[in-house]
Amino acid sequence: MMPSVRHDRRSGATPALSANLQESRLIAGLLIAVALGYLGLFLVVPVIAVFAKALAKGVATYWAVISDPMAWASIRLTVIAAAIAVPLNTVFGLAASWAIAKFDFPGKNVLLTVIDLPFSVSPVISGMMFVLLFGAQGLFGGWLITHDIKIIFAVPGIVLATVFVTFPFVARELIPLMQAQGNDEEEAARTLGAGGWQIFFRVTLPNVKWGLLYGVIMCNARAMGEFGAVSVVSGHIRGLTNTMPLHVEILYNEYQFASAFGVASLLTLLALVTLASRRAIEWRATAEGVRQQPRQTQKEDR
Amino acid sequence: MLRARRTPRVLPGFGLAIGFTLCYVSLLVLIPLSTVLLKSTTISWSAFWGTVFSPRALASYRLSLGASFFGALINAVFGLLVTWVLVRYQFPGKRLLDGLVDLPFALPTAVAGITLTTLYASNGWIGQYLDLLGVKAAYAPLGIVIALTFIGLPFVVRTLEPVLQSFDATMEEAAASLGASRWQTFWRVILPELRPALLTGFALAFARALGEYGSVIFIAGNMPMRTEITPLLIMIKLEQFDYAGATAIALLLLLMSFVLLLGINLLQKRLGRLALAEGGGT
Repeated sequence: MMPSVRHDRRSGATPALSANLQESRLIAGLLIAVALGYLGLFLVVPVIAVFAKALAKGVATYWAVISDPMAWASIRLTVIAAAIAVPLNTVFGLAASWAIAKFDFPGKNVLLTVIDLPFSVSPVISGMMFVLLFGAQGLFGGWLITHDIKIIFAVPGIVLATVFVTFPFVARELIPLMQAQGNDEEEAARTLGAGGWQIFFRVTLPNVKWGLLYGVIMCNARAMGEFGAVSVVSGHIRGLTNTMPLHVEILYNEYQFASAFGVASLLTLLALVTLASRRAIEWRATAEGVRQQPRQTQKEDR
Repeated sequence: MLRARRTPRVLPGFGLAIGFTLCYVSLLVLIPLSTVLLKSTTISWSAFWGTVFSPRALASYRLSLGASFFGALINAVFGLLVTWVLVRYQFPGKRLLDGLVDLPFALPTAVAGITLTTLYASNGWIGQYLDLLGVKAAYAPLGIVIALTFIGLPFVVRTLEPVLQSFDATMEEAAASLGASRWQTFWRVILPELRPALLTGFALAFARALGEYGSVIFIAGNMPMRTEITPLLIMIKLEQFDYAGATAIALLLLLMSFVLLLGINLLQKRLGRLALAEGGGT
């Protein structure tokens, strides 16, 4: 006969055993309260504060702040930088994940490490690299001056810095996803006579679409919100080389708090929309039941 | 392994994909990063030494490392608690809160910086009460710890969450049936299993905090020797066009980041091996 203890493991545990299997209601309540307090203090209160400070002087002032021409110039530049950086890094992410996930080649791990590098470089250093390359004293500085091309303290520098800091997002999302899916479907398509682009657009892309979208959204959030790297290369020329985060800094340092928080509230709204669409994508992907639920990356969003 | 490489490639497009990838990576990552190394070779040893070990630079490393450590530590403790609550308990608003954990990833650092400063300044919503207790948060090292705690918040939670979700409940049941109290089970059975993930989350938060700039500079006060973080020191040297000095300090900061990255990778390999070893059970 089997010892009865083994039968009792899951459901019919003795009262004494189940008391040892779960925290008392008091402890559970206490833990929930501390967790809520911590998240409330660090996440909820700041979000409320941004909107409270932005609207502190009334809705009319708020409208004046966000329709200010300088604010609009900063919004335009932010959108331009993201509109260049995100598609570039998306194409790169697709190419890199196709090569890394579908093929075997020597040096693959080195390539993976290099792709991750921008996550572990301080934003200030990211900006500094481009100053060392293209600044007046930089490697190509002299050549650029004689040809009258401005990169640092101009829009191209901002775009370059943005591309660098958002570099890994799409690739990091797609590589593990494609690796998990394997090559079977692509190889089947190949034997049925499909060409390379046909396989890519008809088989691979539909399989990774949610992961791709997820990576693009996170890439975009970082591209629009980057501060340190862009700050180094921008030169802070108002109306010309100010992105939204830089504009927030200038307004704040000039003690124009309502204006600073007004522009900041737009960026906060972007962050909240990003989080919401991320969630929506996760639900859709789960609902479809495909093997492509975006994973919770550990290294993302540095 | 070698044989797998020799088998003919069935799928097309490898040349195009790897060619584009390598070009892109070289142009945007390898060449810019190697510029830092190239620039540093033009600095004489004595100048390098003088910059990297100047009292002001040393004070900034102490502050950056210390504040990053405490921020990551706070996140390790509370992150474990938050993960436990999010995975094990049901309560209203849980999903919303779970989604909000990633806010520091999505919120621009400058916005976090000005908001935290406004909250913790001596006339702010939270700062005024700290002021009554005689605690100065904004424009002091404590403020830096607060900012770094904010930006590192998601790392521990997101690394622990999958591990705790897939935790083998039979181990807890076995411990309980052998007479362990709930606390003993947690301390002796659950926590040792979570430790590699907890350490990884801690290291990721620490590494992120070390290079952080945007959220810190508003709240720090930025006084040399007292509240000046290392990335800010690099920024100041760049603004003074002291590119050699900036490069020297950047090189040291990069070195610290890479040592951390290496540690994290080793940890994750261990984490992967653990998962593999327990693969049969779960």
